[in-house]
Amino acid sequence: MFEEVAKTAEGDLVINVGPQHPATHGVLHLLITLNGETIKKVEPHLGYIHRSIEKMCESLTYRQFIYVTSRMDYLSAHINNHACALCVEKGMQIEVPDRAKVIRVLMDELTRIASHELWWGAMAMDLGAFTPFFHAFRERETINDIMEETCGARLTMNYMVPGGVMQDLHPDFQRRVKEFLVLYKRKIHEYDEMVTGNIIFQNRMKGVGYISPEDVISYGVTGPAARGSGVSSDIRKLYPYEIYDKLQFDEVLETAGDSFARYLVRLREMDQSIRIVEQLIDNIPEGDFQAKTKAVLKLPKGEFYTRVETARGELGVYIVSEGGTTPYRIKFRSPGFSNLSALDHMVRGGKLGDLVASMGTLDLVIPDIDR
Amino acid sequence: MTNEELKIQLTALFPTATWEEGTEWPTFQITPAEWSTVANELRTNDALKFDYLFCETCVDWKTHLTMVYHLSSTNFRHNIVVKAKLDRTKPEIATVAGIWRTAEFFEREVYEMYGVNFLGHPDLRLLILPDGWEGKNPMRKDFEDPINMIKL
Repeated sequence: MFEEVAKTAEGDLVINVGPQHPATHGVLHLLITLNGETIKKVEPHLGYIHRSIEKMCESLTYRQFIYVTSRMDYLSAHINNHACALCVEKGMQIEVPDRAKVIRVLMDELTRIASHELWWGAMAMDLGAFTPFFHAFRERETINDIMEETCGARLTMNYMVPGGVMQDLHPDFQRRVKEFLVLYKRKIHEYDEMVTGNIIFQNRMKGVGYISPEDVISYGVTGPAARGSGVSSDIRKLYPYEIYDKLQFDEVLETAGDSFARYLVRLREMDQSIRIVEQLIDNIPEGDFQAKTKAVLKLPKGEFYTRVETARGELGVYIVSEGGTTPYRIKFRSPGFSNLSALDHMVRGGKLGDLVASMGTLDLVIPDIDR
Repeated sequence: MTNEELKIQLTALFPTATWEEGTEWPTFQITPAEWSTVANELRTNDALKFDYLFCETCVDWKTHLTMVYHLSSTNFRHNIVVKAKLDRTKPEIATVAGIWRTAEFFEREVYEMYGVNFLGHPDLRLLILPDGWEGKNPMRKDFEDPINMIKL
C-alpha cells in the first residue's frame, strides 16, 4: 500500500514515520515529504486504532457508554468519564451532591498531574534523555496507586457515573494524597534541574514548531498547546463546571508559541493542579457520594453539549437524544484530533530532526485521535 | 453578547434562518446553498467574530442528513450552533476549511463516515478508513457489518 521509501516527481523523498515508531507513542502513521532534511509536507494517516466508539455508543445505554470512553484518552480517563457524566446530568437535570463534586475535581486534577508526568518523561525520552522517564514514573506510580485503591483500576478507572461517583473514597485516600504532595514538592525541582535548564534540551526546543495565536484559534488547537502561544483556552476558567469557579488557580500562559513554551506551560500546570488538590484535600464535605437516580436513565428529546478541560485540551461531548435509553448520536470532539491537524503547519519548513520536538509538545494520544 | 442579543442580531442578518427553541446556545438552520455566505459573515462581522469552530459533525436522521457546526468567539465568548439539512442521496455543502482551518480534518472525517461531499475542500480524501475502502459509509444508520460489529 505504501512504499517504504518513495520519490515524488520533483525528486523529493517520501518517508514513513510509524505506524510502529517509538516517537509517535502509539500507532500514528505520518507520511513525510522531504527535500534534503527539510520537511515539505506531513500527512497523518489515522485509523490504526479506530474502534468506532461513536457508533458503539449508539447501542449502549447512558450507564454503559461511559465505560467505553475511558479507552479514548487513556491518560485522562477520569476526565473523559467526567465529561460524559456531566452531559447526561445536564440532560436529566440531576443535582450532584457536594461531596461527589469535590471528589470528581480531586480525581481530575490528580489525573492531570499523572498525565503531564508521563508526557514529561516521554518528551525527554524523545529528545534522547532516558533517565527523566524513570523520575517521572516514580511520582506517577504513586498517583496510580492512589487511584487503584479507590477505583480499583490504574488506567481505565470508570469511576464517575451519572449522579456522582461509583463508590466512596478509600479510607486511606486523604493520607496517601498528602504523602504524595510531600513527595511531589521534594522532587519537582529535579525536573527543572535535569531537563528545563539543560542547554542541549533548550537548543532543541526553542524556536521549533512555532505556531501563531491566530493559527492556534483557526486550527482549533486547545489545551497547553494553545496556551503556549498565549491563547487563553482553559475551559475550567472560561466556562467553569463543577466547583472550578470557587477555586484559586491560575491559567498558565506563555507567549513564545514554540515547543519550549508549550513545555513550560505543561510543567507549570502541574503546580496549579497541586494547588487545587491542596485546597480540597482537607475540605471534602461529608454526605452522599452519589445522587439518587433511576435505574434506567432516559434523556429527554434534544441535544446536549458539554465541554471540559482534559490534560490535552478541550473535550466536547455532543449527545443527540430521541428520548430513549440509548443516545441517537454521540460525537466526541477530542482535543488530540484538532491538535494533530495543526502539525503539518507547525513543522513545514523545519528539519526532520525537529519533528519529534513539535510532536512531543502537542502531547498526542493516538486512541484519543482515532476514537 | 447574551443569547437574546445574539439572536436579535442574527435574525436581522439572516432573515431566512429558522430557529430552534429551548437550546443551550442559539441554534438556527439554514439551507446548504446559503452556508458559504453565512459562514463568511459569521467569521468577519465585527460584532460577531466567530473565529473558533469547536465542533463540526453530522447526524443521520434516516430521511436526511444534518450538518451541525458549533461556533465560538474567542473575543466575545459567545457560542452558536448552525445546522444545515442535506439530501441523503446526494449530500453536498460548501467547505469552510478556508475560513476555519480545523474544518479540514473534521470534514474529511464526515466525508468518509457519512459520505457528505464538501465542495471546494482542498484535500478531500479518506482519513481514518483504510485506502481502497468500498461500500457504505460506516456512521450512517443503515450500515451493517455483521462480522465486526456486535449489536447489543
